[in-house]
Amino acid sequence: MVSDFLVSREEWGKAIREGLSAAWPICVGYIAIGLAFGVIARKTGLSPLDIGLMSLIVYAGSSQFIAVGMLGAGAGFWPIVLATFSVNLRHLLMSSSLSLYLRNLSGSRLSLFAYAVTDESFALNMSRFQGGNWGWRPALVVNHATNLTWLLSTVAGGIGGQFIPSGAFGIDYALTAMFLCLLVFQVRGLYHVLVALFSGILAVILSLWMPGNGYVLIASFLAASVGLLLRKTTGRKIEQGENA
Amino acid sequence: MKGGIISIIIGMGIVTYIPRWLPLFFLSRRRLPPWLVLWLDFIPAAILSALILPAILTAGTPRQFEWNRLDLWVAIPTLIFALRTRSLAGTVIIGMGLYWLISRLYP
Repeated sequence: MVSDFLVSREEWGKAIREGLSAAWPICVGYIAIGLAFGVIARKTGLSPLDIGLMSLIVYAGSSQFIAVGMLGAGAGFWPIVLATFSVNLRHLLMSSSLSLYLRNLSGSRLSLFAYAVTDESFALNMSRFQGGNWGWRPALVVNHATNLTWLLSTVAGGIGGQFIPSGAFGIDYALTAMFLCLLVFQVRGLYHVLVALFSGILAVILSLWMPGNGYVLIASFLAASVGLLLRKTTGRKIEQGENA
Repeated sequence: MKGGIISIIIGMGIVTYIPRWLPLFFLSRRRLPPWLVLWLDFIPAAILSALILPAILTAGTPRQFEWNRLDLWVAIPTLIFALRTRSLAGTVIIGMGLYWLISRLYP
């Protein structure tokens, strides 16, 4: 019993070190966006407590911006909740993808993990899981360290964000740079290149004529399906070409 | 208004949590068919590309195509750096540094 406790303590210590050293690029990006969100939300009339509650209960950056924009425009409960639903539906794909690597976890651990699945934590954890040597503990640390960073930055932005110069040290670019590198990790063959190109181009086109960010879900759903079709129909030939 | 904002936040929280939770809770205990595993394997590359390209090639609301933006020009050396080094930390630092430097030089 005691030794069990010690083992899991040691494992958690390792997980916290690994998780934090992986999560910092996300945290840097979240500080920038979180402060900006806090400032805007405060200007719309939310108190720092409201801001903290929203970051804790919703924890989804772009939908929080949209909700605050809609609140400012006088929208009520249903329009805001429906907009939030449609903006965050893309997490469905991410959680499906993560489920490949989170086998045999208890329901409560899965539920705790699911709460903090974001574009960023998903992308980072997926690339780590695929590289092997990654488990649910460090992944959970990534999820909740980034969640805590978001919570604190949005509240700080609400309290005193207007005093922080915007664009300091290029922190606005942290997440784009991280996504670029994670995309490089994801592209592991010709099929992935084709899927990424198709998805990106489709997303640009869709984003020009549909409001919100539904284009992420639609483009990536279609691109992955096209990738699957290509692989099923032309599979072996290209595979052999790649290995040669 | 006060009660209103709290109920909106709770409503937002519920509809955000469900899509995050459902697949993890149900798929992770199930043996998945091979085609689904293949399909899911393409999802990260597809999502990342669908997030990045509009962010560096379009701007404004409603979005307009704008190819001549700092976000795009910094993305090119950042991408090359990522391809060469495969270092996440290095790429983030290079990207931020270039973005900051260039926005300082050409405000």
